[in-house]
Amino acid sequence: MAEIAEGGGGGHGKGGKKRAKKQSTRVDMTPMVDLAFLLLTFFVLTSTFNKPKSMEITFPVPPEKIEDQPPVKNGITVILTKDHRIFYYKGQFNAVGNPDGKEPTQLSETTFSSEGLHKILMENNEYANKEITGLKAKVKSKEMADTTFKRLAMNAKGDKLSLTVLLKTDDKATYKDVIDVVDEMNICMVGKYVIVDMSAPEFGLLTEKTK
Amino acid sequence: MPKIKVPKSAPSIDMTPMVDLAFLLVTFFMLTASFRMAEPVIVDPPSSVSDKLLPENTIMVTVDDIGRPFFGISNAEAKVNALMKMADKYKVSFSPEQIKKFGGLSSFGVDIKDLPRYINATENERLKFQPQKGVPNDSLKNPQLRDWILYSAQEANGVFIRERDKAKELGKDFKGEKPRYAIKADGAAKYISVKDIIKTFTDMKIYRFNLITSLEGGASTPPPAEAKK
Repeated sequence: MAEIAEGGGGGHGKGGKKRAKKQSTRVDMTPMVDLAFLLLTFFVLTSTFNKPKSMEITFPVPPEKIEDQPPVKNGITVILTKDHRIFYYKGQFNAVGNPDGKEPTQLSETTFSSEGLHKILMENNEYANKEITGLKAKVKSKEMADTTFKRLAMNAKGDKLSLTVLLKTDDKATYKDVIDVVDEMNICMVGKYVIVDMSAPEFGLLTEKTK
Repeated sequence: MPKIKVPKSAPSIDMTPMVDLAFLLVTFFMLTASFRMAEPVIVDPPSSVSDKLLPENTIMVTVDDIGRPFFGISNAEAKVNALMKMADKYKVSFSPEQIKKFGGLSSFGVDIKDLPRYINATENERLKFQPQKGVPNDSLKNPQLRDWILYSAQEANGVFIRERDKAKELGKDFKGEKPRYAIKADGAAKYISVKDIIKTFTDMKIYRFNLITSLEGGASTPPPAEAKK
């Protein structure tokens, strides 16, 4: 393979003057360098493009009895369905003709844009956002340690004044949509969210909307 | 005209320092690079802002865009042991070579009955392997995926504890991680198929996962180019 070039001025040219003893000890390193850089480029490119990231998520332990679900006070239920459509309603679900005489729940539609879901989550999660922004400022001015910040931020997210999101999907929603919503919740500092199954009346409302 | 003596300086410059550096870098990248085996399917995970790195020691279920589950473990020792337990339970026999080869395999999505044939196949044949319907995940009749997870979790935990104890005995720092459960699903997959996998996990009282995503704005894997059927 790689031939070693005879050092400069071998003196075998036709009729050239013989230059005695001018054999250089150098080898031509160009092919080797070429190869080295080729490998270098290869490894640089392959190593930087391969970085899987992950998001940690904890699913709820299934309740013993389904009726045991505690009522959610400051909550939003987000419902995902086909064609990347996304619906939500605030507070608790009130069926048509419920005994308390409350207005039956209506689904509103929103989008994945910054004016849609992001805005809704931000508005409803004002408490946690305010708290965490305040905490962040304190960390920045070195008034607070990182670990303290993490703990207090967690507390703020878990506070009962901050938002709880129930994420429900039907059979046609894609995984990407679910991740997008979870991601949005992480951005909006929603600490309490859960992915659960849809109830029958909710499904009824949804099918009516997506008909 | 008298001959002007041009000083015959070689046009080459001394490349040694550059070459030294180049090889240093090559060595560095070569040693840090971790080669992945070719995956049986190309999965394009959705993007997220999460910048947590995926833990090293994982038991991973991959779900492709049509919802087939694929199973993989990162720890080769646990993988081989899990295979032996599975072989025992499902009465499929593997030769020692096959078991050894299986340790180096990436994730797979075949029924355990087809697994010996799958292991024997070459890497190119594996891409077109039939039937590749995903690891059967029928919780009543054919809970292979559940068993794979169960056995490999046991084995991976066993390996983890053994290594930790060994490190303790030798008085070394132990840097190993506990095995984690990861789900890598294609963005286009129906959530219901991912939910089935999650259900498989939660039925085993495993509630915490790492969902694999690509970094927002970063380069994600190219969309699958080849036909998958």
